[in-house]
This record gives sequence, C-alpha cells and structure tokens, in this order.
Amino acid sequence: MTKRSGNRTWWADRLPLIAVWKNYCSEYFVPKNLNFYYCFGALALLVLGNQFLTGLWLSFFYTPTVQSAFQSVETIMRDVNYGWLLRYMHSTGASAFFLVIYVHLFRGLLYGSYQKPRELVWLLGMGLFLILLIESFCGYLLPWGQLSYWGAQVITSVFATIPYIGEQLVTWIRGDFMVGQSTLQRFYALHIIAMPLLLILFSFLHIVALHHVGSSNPDGIEVKDPADKIPFYPYYVMKDIMAMLLFAVVFFTIVFFFPDMGGFFLEPTNAEPANPMVTPLHITPLWYMAPFYCILRAIPDKNIGILFMFAAMGILFFLPWLDRSPVRSMRYKGKLSRIALGLMVGSFVTLGYLGMQELNPLNQSIAQGAIILYFAYFLLMPLYSRLESHLPVPTRITL
Amino acid sequence: MSDTDTIDQERRRALGSGIRILGCIGAACAIVPFVSSLKPNQQTLDANKPIDIDLSALQPGQQMTVQWRGKPIWILRRTQAMITQLEQDNPELRDPNSLVPQQPAFAQNPWRSLHPDYLVLVGICTHLGCIPEYRSQDPMFDANAGGYYCPCHGSRFDLSGRVYRQVPAPINLEVPIYRFINDHTLRLGETT
Repeated sequence: MTKRSGNRTWWADRLPLIAVWKNYCSEYFVPKNLNFYYCFGALALLVLGNQFLTGLWLSFFYTPTVQSAFQSVETIMRDVNYGWLLRYMHSTGASAFFLVIYVHLFRGLLYGSYQKPRELVWLLGMGLFLILLIESFCGYLLPWGQLSYWGAQVITSVFATIPYIGEQLVTWIRGDFMVGQSTLQRFYALHIIAMPLLLILFSFLHIVALHHVGSSNPDGIEVKDPADKIPFYPYYVMKDIMAMLLFAVVFFTIVFFFPDMGGFFLEPTNAEPANPMVTPLHITPLWYMAPFYCILRAIPDKNIGILFMFAAMGILFFLPWLDRSPVRSMRYKGKLSRIALGLMVGSFVTLGYLGMQELNPLNQSIAQGAIILYFAYFLLMPLYSRLESHLPVPTRITL
Repeated sequence: MSDTDTIDQERRRALGSGIRILGCIGAACAIVPFVSSLKPNQQTLDANKPIDIDLSALQPGQQMTVQWRGKPIWILRRTQAMITQLEQDNPELRDPNSLVPQQPAFAQNPWRSLHPDYLVLVGICTHLGCIPEYRSQDPMFDANAGGYYCPCHGSRFDLSGRVYRQVPAPINLEVPIYRFINDHTLRLGETT
C-alpha cells in the first residue's frame, strides 16, 4: 500500500464493497421494459425490513407466558408510548407482506419468470413463501387471544391424522397435550429467531441467484442487445423508491385509519383472551391462509384434505418443469394458457373467500369445483402449454 | 523427509470414509437431545399423569365432575332405569353402535363404559366445545332417564354420550381411558 492510499482504498482492500456495489447496482444491467409488477420484489424487501424493526421493538415489551401474553399486548396498545403504532405497523405489515408476495408470485406466473434458467430463483422464492407462512402462523399465536389459541389448536391437530406417529407428533410439536405454555414459548422463539434468520438467508440466496441469471422481463425474451438494458442504479432504484412511497401512503392509511380492516387484518374474536374451555363460534383463518384452509375443509375425508392442502403449496415448486411452452411471457402464449391462468387465479380467490365463510353444502360444492380448477392449471400445463400455438416472439424488447 | 515418497491412496481413502461415517453417526446421535427436549417435559407429564377418583360417595343417579388435563370429566353412576333405557334400540341416535372412534375399545358397547353402572365422559360438546348439562325434562329424551343438552346450539346426547340426529354436533362425546383399581376407585388416564 502506498502512503497516498486514502480511506476508500483502505476499505476496498479489506472488503469488496465497491465491487459488490458495481455488481449489484451501478453495473448490474436490467432490461429496460420492466413494468409496475417488477416493483413488488423491492416492496417485499421493504416490508421485511418493517417487520424486522417493529418486531424487534414489540419484543422489548411482549411477555411470552400464558399468564401475561394477552395482558402485555394490551399494555403495548395502551401504555407503551407509540406501542399502538408499532403493533399496527407489524400486524398490517403481515397482511401487506402476503399481498405483496401474492402479486410478486402472480408476476412470475404471468411472465414465465420461473422458466429456465431461473428455476432456482423460483424454488428459493417458493421456499421463502413457505417460511413466511410458518412465520405468520407462529406470530398469530402470540397475542394469546381466542382465535390465536384455537387456530393453533386446530392447525397443530392437523398432524394427528398422519398414520402411526400422528398423535405423538402433535404432542411433540405442542410440547404438551394441548396448546399451552410450551407451545407459546417455542412459537415465540421460532417467530423471532429461527424463521426471521431463514427469511433473511433465503432472501439473500434468492437475490444472489437472480443477479447471477439476470432479471426476466415482460416480453420473456433473453435480452442480448446492450441498448435494451439500463443499470439497476440509478434507474430501477428510483423506480422502486417511487413504488415504495406509493406503497407507504396506502400502508399508513391502513395503519392509521383501518388497522383491523373490518376484521380481515385483526379479527375481533382475538380481542378475547384465550380460553381452553370455550371454542369460539366461528374459527376463521386469516385471509392469506384462507385458500389453503378452504381446501382442507372442503374435502370430507380429513387425510385426503390435508394431502390436498399440502399439495396445493407443493405443486407450485414443480412449475418450471410443468411449463413446456417455448415462450415465457403471457403476451405471446396461446389462448389456453391465458384461460388456465385466469381460472386458476379466480379459483384461488374463490377458495380464499369461501375459506372465511361458514361451511355449508353449497359452499362445499363450489370449493370442490375451485380445487379442481386450481389443480387443473398445474396438472394439465404440460399438455396445453405444448399443444397451443403461440404468437411470434420479438427478437428485441418492446416498449 | 519421510520414509516413503509414495502416498498410500488406499489407506487415505479408508481413513477418509471412516471419518465420514463416524461423523454422520455422531451428527445423527446429536439430533436426539434437540428432538427429545421438545417433548412434554417432566412437569407437564406430572400435571397430566393418571389420577385416582374415589367413587364411594357417589349414589345411583348422581354425577360428579373432575378436571383432568384441563378438561371437565363427568362420572355418572347410572340407575337401573337408565341402563335399561340405553340397551333398547333408539332410532333417534346418529351412531348408536359407537362406530366413530370416540372411545377406547373397552367402551364400544351400549353403555359406552367399562362397567354399566358408571359412565365416564369428557364433558365437552363435539360441536364447538361448550359444556353440555344434564336435563330430565326434554321432548327428545326418555322421560325416565333424561340426557345431556348443550345450551350453546342445542345438541343432545343420551346417557352414554351418544349424539342424537338433527342436532349440530356430528359425533358422540369422547370417552377417556380409565380403569378401576378396586370397586370404588377409578384411575383416569390408564387402561389395564
């Protein structure tokens, strides 16, 4: 090192900061036709940051014991300065996280972002989705309200139907014969340590894998001409910041004026402390889990219902190998693909709606139809994606 | 420098795989404390262990409630009239032969109990977990015996916990495992 080497080189010699900045931002070239849908990855990162920060602060005041949990949440809401804001930002953030992730997922389906060579980006993303489901399920027990308690009781008892080991597995998961102190404490540990670490690790891998293969784009073509690309910084950083500001406007409108969102984000039944002796009249799942819960409930046989519920999540992992279409984007795919995607999204929303309603024979039949449509999208994909005729694909991106 | 210039590849491979195998076994054994610690701990097991209940003061037609594993457990000493009524066919019942596994094998009989005189039930409605109550006067129940009625949504059960048709509860009340250690002492949570 020379005497003249400044602060900048001192750091650069010890950490690859400049190289990483160049690789990931200023010299990371991205197709210039990315649209609004492509902001949702950055939004997910923003919400993750929000959950991390507000969650850390909530953990300063929360007590994970069955005697004090409910009371400590009340204390946060009433007595801790700005406690209500921290909690509402965290609870709204949970719903916002799933909203953002569902749009992000839909973007992937729409433009074929899962296709070769981005299979691993897709798999890591699906892993993130599952971790997020576990993370929110664990978090939902913590307020120790009636729905927290009975939701955990119902979902953990799902595992009891596994042959031979079911009963023991449920006791092992709960650490008790019913949901109790052991369950609350381990769900808390999972919620604030294990799952957040996994989320951060998988997000890191998701982004590293993405940057290695490069972003896809709404045309779904490999962009070769340098004129069709712009550097991530400053162009997309600015675009993402713009999206984040718009998102923040909506987010804080909800936080300040509609924090319970008419029972969708915070359910009124959960304002009652957990009572193991009384089941609430209607156990409703949170909206983002409702489609999967609906599948579990719509199938009369418990074991098959559970199998289908897990299959509904699991089948998404196989998407890169189910799609046999030579084109990626829905812009150039044939009619069948468009109809199939529309039906799948429609059936998923229908399942979500029915999952929050009371079960009756009519609902059940509609839900069963929706389940068939949902699975048909995936299982028939190797057929219709290969058989349909697609539109001619441009060689350069269209704006 | 060394005795020989040649590297014994065979020996190196054997040592390498030995270390790998031992390492895997060690790692597998290390899972045991992590998995086992998540099981119910000794305090939880103690709080849920079998309990003995003295029945000597219980008269025919009387019912007592004890709390066990956080649930209300009913013990009813049935009268002869109640037992006779249970043994008759009742077309109003949804599952008269207790086909749904809501009871240990020893209780799959008309009385749904080990001994016809004593009924032992988990007193939680199978609809939504409310606690039913005994009723003698009810149009659905046998006038001489009565039955259990759930105040929340009107589910009805006979005096062996069998559910009636046309009520919201889908299945019979649950029978816990128990055994008699002598004529007047019942041990809850243990079978013979």
